[in-house]
Amino acid sequence: MGSRSSHAALIPDVENIRRETGFSQASLLRLYHRFRALDRSKKGYLSRADLQQIGALAVNPLGDRIIDSFFPDGSQRVDFSGFVRVLAHFRPIDDDTGVRDPKQPEPLNSRTNKLRFAFQLYDLDQDGKISRHEMLQVLRLMVGVQVTEEQLESITDRTVQEADEDGDGAVSFLEFTKSLEKMDIEQKMSIRILK
Amino acid sequence: MEGADLAGKILSTWLTLVLGLILLPSAFGVSLGISEVYMKILVKTLEWATLRIEKGAEKESVLKNSASVGIIQRDESPMEKGLSGLRGRDFELSDVFYFSKKGLEAIVEDEVTQRFSSEELVSWNLLTRTNINFQYISPRLTMVWVLGVIVRYCVLLPLRVTLAFFGISLLVIGTTLVGQLPDGRLKNWLSELVHLTCCRICVRSLSGTIHYHNKQYRPQKGGICVANHTSPIDVLILTTDGCYAMVGQVHGGLMGVIQRAMVKACPHVWFERSEMKDRHLVTKRLKEHIADKKKLPILIFPEGTCINNTSVMMFKKGSFEIGGTIHPVAIKYNPQFGDAFWNSSKYNMVSYLLRMMTSWAIVCDVWYMPPMTKEEGEDAVQFANRVKSAIAVQGGLTELPWDGGLKRAKVKDTFKEEQQKNYSKMIVGNGSLNLDSD
Repeated sequence: MGSRSSHAALIPDVENIRRETGFSQASLLRLYHRFRALDRSKKGYLSRADLQQIGALAVNPLGDRIIDSFFPDGSQRVDFSGFVRVLAHFRPIDDDTGVRDPKQPEPLNSRTNKLRFAFQLYDLDQDGKISRHEMLQVLRLMVGVQVTEEQLESITDRTVQEADEDGDGAVSFLEFTKSLEKMDIEQKMSIRILK
Repeated sequence: MEGADLAGKILSTWLTLVLGLILLPSAFGVSLGISEVYMKILVKTLEWATLRIEKGAEKESVLKNSASVGIIQRDESPMEKGLSGLRGRDFELSDVFYFSKKGLEAIVEDEVTQRFSSEELVSWNLLTRTNINFQYISPRLTMVWVLGVIVRYCVLLPLRVTLAFFGISLLVIGTTLVGQLPDGRLKNWLSELVHLTCCRICVRSLSGTIHYHNKQYRPQKGGICVANHTSPIDVLILTTDGCYAMVGQVHGGLMGVIQRAMVKACPHVWFERSEMKDRHLVTKRLKEHIADKKKLPILIFPEGTCINNTSVMMFKKGSFEIGGTIHPVAIKYNPQFGDAFWNSSKYNMVSYLLRMMTSWAIVCDVWYMPPMTKEEGEDAVQFANRVKSAIAVQGGLTELPWDGGLKRAKVKDTFKEEQQKNYSKMIVGNGSLNLDSD
């Protein structure tokens, strides 16, 4: 009885999503309710406008880039599995570092995949490299109008120089990973869903 | 013929009962105690239901919803701490992590969106509409639920609709009649009587139980009353205990009829839609109203929209620029008996009223608070925030700086600029900027 049943059977394709993202049943249910709450006109998918309505996201300097990551390949809609797939990147890294079946694809929340998520926030044209121009653009998003062009350019030059190893003037994913190898990604890029 | 006779008899008995037991006592402000008995029975039933659910829950380990705790673990450290990396404080590639994490956190759960859906209950109150996590427990519970449905829809609903009908018609007729009288003390006294009686009838039509606290601070003439807003019923609840001058847009339909009738008996401030946009005009009219000390206090809801009664959102500064004494009032509904929040994007007015009339009851507390005035050196925004905090503390609600208008419109860019400013200060303002690239 009830208008909002708590059954996971409501979620389409739930078994596949669980396997792919590693979220628990309870977390998936929570996220499904959240998805439904954001989808105000009950379309069954989310559009950019639905995400832009979130106040805390709209004031985030990187808000637009984050929203873009939900709509890869120029699509205009994201369904629940797409939604959860992006959020899965932020799932805390599992404690069981035991033997993983090498035939299985790497879990979405592995360190590499988290770094890849951050990388594509910079890599606007998705060509696998962060050019100086792309870095400038992202920096500009984060500082707004508060910093002059010259200051921004010198910051960009310094950063690209430090990370660039093969001297091609751009930061590839490997160089990106290498420059952040000492960083505690786990803590900075994880969101823990409470029971 | 017999059928019509019988129906006629039932109808007339029904009407006499309603008249005798409810209408007349309301006119005199007297209570017969029937609703108290009803509430006692209701409370006992809900307690029993809660115990049954908890017993059942232990066997199945159903997830308990703690209504106000968030679903994600939040790290509320300020931007500086969240961004500190290995080296000094220059820009780093990893700075993007902080913003992306904050962004994703907002997507999973944000403070504002959850305020525009009804509050989740910790334990079920036998209404289908609040059933989120509670599954089938036992046949006895189902029976009670079925009984509840029957009582609510077949007994209470017709009663309430009758009362509401009486209340509204009496209001319209009464105020029109009173409006014919010449201005003077008699007119004011009569209009107060009509207003109070009709409001009491309407409140009973919702089975409302209202506790007023600190009646000594009830808003006085020539002042402005501000309160947090949860639903149109707020107006009803406040006017049951005193008369106010209302501010609002002119509506069409039934609301328009009521508005036009009310303004005949005592001066309310109704605006045309086009006039609302002109803030100076609005402020001027309101100033004129409160300057006249004989006029009733103005009732304003500064949030501008309905919030779900768990928090208080930004108070728009317009009401606080008028001057005069502000009388804050905090209204808190008890969600156990019925959810009063009006989600205007989900329900229109009629379905909302139907939902109200098929809930168990509307139980709420109203706290009148000591009057406040703008202090020296305080601007309207700070004053508004001060009043907002006072109301939030009194009502036990959380405070949010966000604008309720976020329900419909996008957030202003000024907030984003603040974040950008903070960040820039960190990577540039510290003087650790390295201008040589070698």
